Amino acid sequence: MRVTLNGEPRELGQDASVVDAVAASGAEPEGRGLAVAVDGEVVPRGEWGAFELRDGQSVEILKAVQGG
Amino acid sequence: MADGATLAIAGREFRSRLILGTGGFRSLESMAEAIAASRAELATVALWRVDPSARGSIVEVLERTGCTLLPNTAGCFTAHDAILTAQLAREAFETDWIKLEVIGDDRTLLPDASELLDAAEALVGEGFVVLPYSNDDPVLARRLEDAGCAAVMPLGSPIGSGMGIRNPYNLRLIVEQASVPVILDAGVGTASDAALAMEAGCDGVLLASAVSRAADPVGMARAMRHAVEAGRLAFESGRIPRRLYGEASTPTEGVPELT
Repeated sequence: MRVTLNGEPRELGQDASVVDAVAASGAEPEGRGLAVAVDGEVVPRGEWGAFELRDGQSVEILKAVQGG
Repeated sequence: MADGATLAIAGREFRSRLILGTGGFRSLESMAEAIAASRAELATVALWRVDPSARGSIVEVLERTGCTLLPNTAGCFTAHDAILTAQLAREAFETDWIKLEVIGDDRTLLPDASELLDAAEALVGEGFVVLPYSNDDPVLARRLEDAGCAAVMPLGSPIGSGMGIRNPYNLRLIVEQASVPVILDAGVGTASDAALAMEAGCDGVLLASAVSRAADPVGMARAMRHAVEAGRLAFESGRIPRRLYGEASTPTEGVPELT
């Protein structure tokens, strides 16, 4: 399936979950300070594995950085 | 207002009245050294799209310094984006605390008062401890406090400008009316700016660039620690009034007549 991952079009496997999208983004899914939004809604960490993505969805994967 | 030695925000006490922003340091190592030198106990952190080439974990480095993380909504221009970023930060950092930042202009980085207030009201409603970065406007500060913010954080001047406190009169009004802590946020360029904020009665100072972009961040972090402590002590000790003419400190009785 095709999703928009952090603003870029990306091809993921047919049954891809949020965990797969996190891995595809280059982040370590077990890493600290990560958060995910799908189509503008927060996906709690405990639901990443079960949350199946759909074609055309927009996935934002954010990580803690220096700032402010 | 917090008393004496500690800064109390939303029931939590901090021994340091200096809050450090982590933006602008050349490396995580340099950031950690500066935090240690500053003795800050609260440090901001932003949420950004994953950069696969970035090395190290700011969360782990900050934990080693003993600092509490204060996530912010840096980069947000609307209440909608700031609210979503705060919700994401709650997931990422397991904290309800949020430094709320809603920028209205990308050149001056001044806050958008209307979006800020909307976001503050919504986030307080969702149980967040909201620390809003705001304009140095006493009326807006009062509205933010009325909305349930845990502190008000007026700017001294635009973020990263190093212009110090441009409107000391407004800052004084904000301090005088506030019943939540007042943290001067943004504009500090050097130690005297931080001392002036504390002498004006602020409960704390939040700064980043003044330390992170200084030629020697560790040295400047120490300077800021001392400035905040000195300014607070001066505020509590009661300064002398300003006078137009001199007033001798030696007694006027018993002056020798030598001619």
